[in-house]
Amino acid sequence: MRIDISQQVILPLLGAACVLVIWSIVSVSVAPDLPSPGRTWRESQRYVLEPFFKDGEMNQGIGRLAFYSLVRVGKGFALALAIGTPIGFLLGLSRRFHQSFDPIVQFMRPISPLAWLPLGLVIFQKSEPAAIFTIALCAMWPTVINTAVGVRSISPDYLNVGRVLKLSRFKTLTRIVIPATLPYVFTGYRLSLGLAWLVIVAAEMLTGTPGVGGFLWQEYNSLVYSHIILSVITIGAIGFVLDRLMGLVEARVRID
Amino acid sequence: MAYLEVRGLRKSYGTRSGPTAVLGGVDLTLEEGELAAVVGYSGSGKTTLVSLIAGLIAPDRGEILLEGVPVTGPGPERGVVFQQYSLLPWLSVRGNVALAVDAVNSGLPASERRRITDEFIALVNLTPAAWKRPRQLSGGMRQRVAVARGLAMRPKLLLMDEPFSAVDALTRATLQDELLRIWGERRSTVMLITNDVDEAILLADRIYPMTPGPDAVLGPAIEVGLPRPRQRRHMSLEPAYQKARQALVEFLRAARTAR
Repeated sequence: MRIDISQQVILPLLGAACVLVIWSIVSVSVAPDLPSPGRTWRESQRYVLEPFFKDGEMNQGIGRLAFYSLVRVGKGFALALAIGTPIGFLLGLSRRFHQSFDPIVQFMRPISPLAWLPLGLVIFQKSEPAAIFTIALCAMWPTVINTAVGVRSISPDYLNVGRVLKLSRFKTLTRIVIPATLPYVFTGYRLSLGLAWLVIVAAEMLTGTPGVGGFLWQEYNSLVYSHIILSVITIGAIGFVLDRLMGLVEARVRID
Repeated sequence: MAYLEVRGLRKSYGTRSGPTAVLGGVDLTLEEGELAAVVGYSGSGKTTLVSLIAGLIAPDRGEILLEGVPVTGPGPERGVVFQQYSLLPWLSVRGNVALAVDAVNSGLPASERRRITDEFIALVNLTPAAWKRPRQLSGGMRQRVAVARGLAMRPKLLLMDEPFSAVDALTRATLQDELLRIWGERRSTVMLITNDVDEAILLADRIYPMTPGPDAVLGPAIEVGLPRPRQRRHMSLEPAYQKARQALVEFLRAARTAR
């Protein structure tokens, strides 16, 4: 029990302390413009302690900013799943579909969000749909690929059960293919959510929409460097929590 | 014409070093209500034979007739108990059996299908575990689910592919006794594949020995003259047992030396 506490609480705290020390040293030696941990806290405490205040479009509590970003990511993520899951199933189920579209998937997968965003702005003329378009387009690939791999790695034994029972195509899909693929699908969802959260910062920076990423870029332009660090920490914390939550969902659908 | 007729069945698989002939002209017959066994060494092509009769793969040559109708693909009238059970891990015991019951009784009302499902779960003594998932079950219990699912298809012929090979020896004996009981109650037509000579003699009416592959064929069927119901105890002292055993072992040994 005692060993458990030391390993799960004390050691991670020790790691965090190390980072703080390095940050302090860097802020007094190499980079005098970098605010120290103490200064960062002093300049940021209102944003953290009153997370939902609103003084203006871009001057709001960190909770409110994070909420805007989360809603945006939620929309983009939902769109990514809605498009990516069926594409993944089609890629896994149909050889022809795979031959037609797999090269496109492999081609589009490595394109950076920074490249899609201007195109989104051209298409939609507005920053909000452009941001959601970019998030969806960048975040859907792990879902597409994991789903396709999941379908293709279904044990032939399971499919043989369906064949012996002469299940219809629809029943084979709903009773065997989808449940057997679900663990892969959810691993894809988890990776997609991570990507969606990565993309949000870039999308908000470029479109200047209110949110953690937009706030970060605005504070950089107004030379309030401590708020950059506040944003960075917020982004990391939320990303961590999102990943853990998806991990819990993923564990629920796992079959061994 | 026999209930099940298999004539001149040939099957090869393509491998990197050219095609390997697994079955080289298999002939066998099965009468309705009979429990016949195919005994052979591991890797001689027994599972290929099951897959062919089940219709999961197509033969290169030869034909399979069940009640005079040629087999062209898989279907629930030829139920299969797979070697590794192939239970669907996301379904409960009930769900696995119900999948088979629902598939073959789509015309019946839901309540009636539920009743049939319960009946087959009870038949293999799994009612208390009906809501468990396969991973929560022991090997022996999983095997029983597979048998219940196979029987729940109400097949004309039940194919059992080394059904007891994945359980320990003690559980195996229990499951064999259970199969004897169930078969005694229902008199289904069963083709049992095994590599265990004693298991075949205990369970089967007739036994086909299989030569080791490649180009495996079946030897002439050996009748097991033991009366039913059979008891495991003292069985090995019966002259009929010893006669069947000797014939089987001699055939299998000779077939191996001939290779």
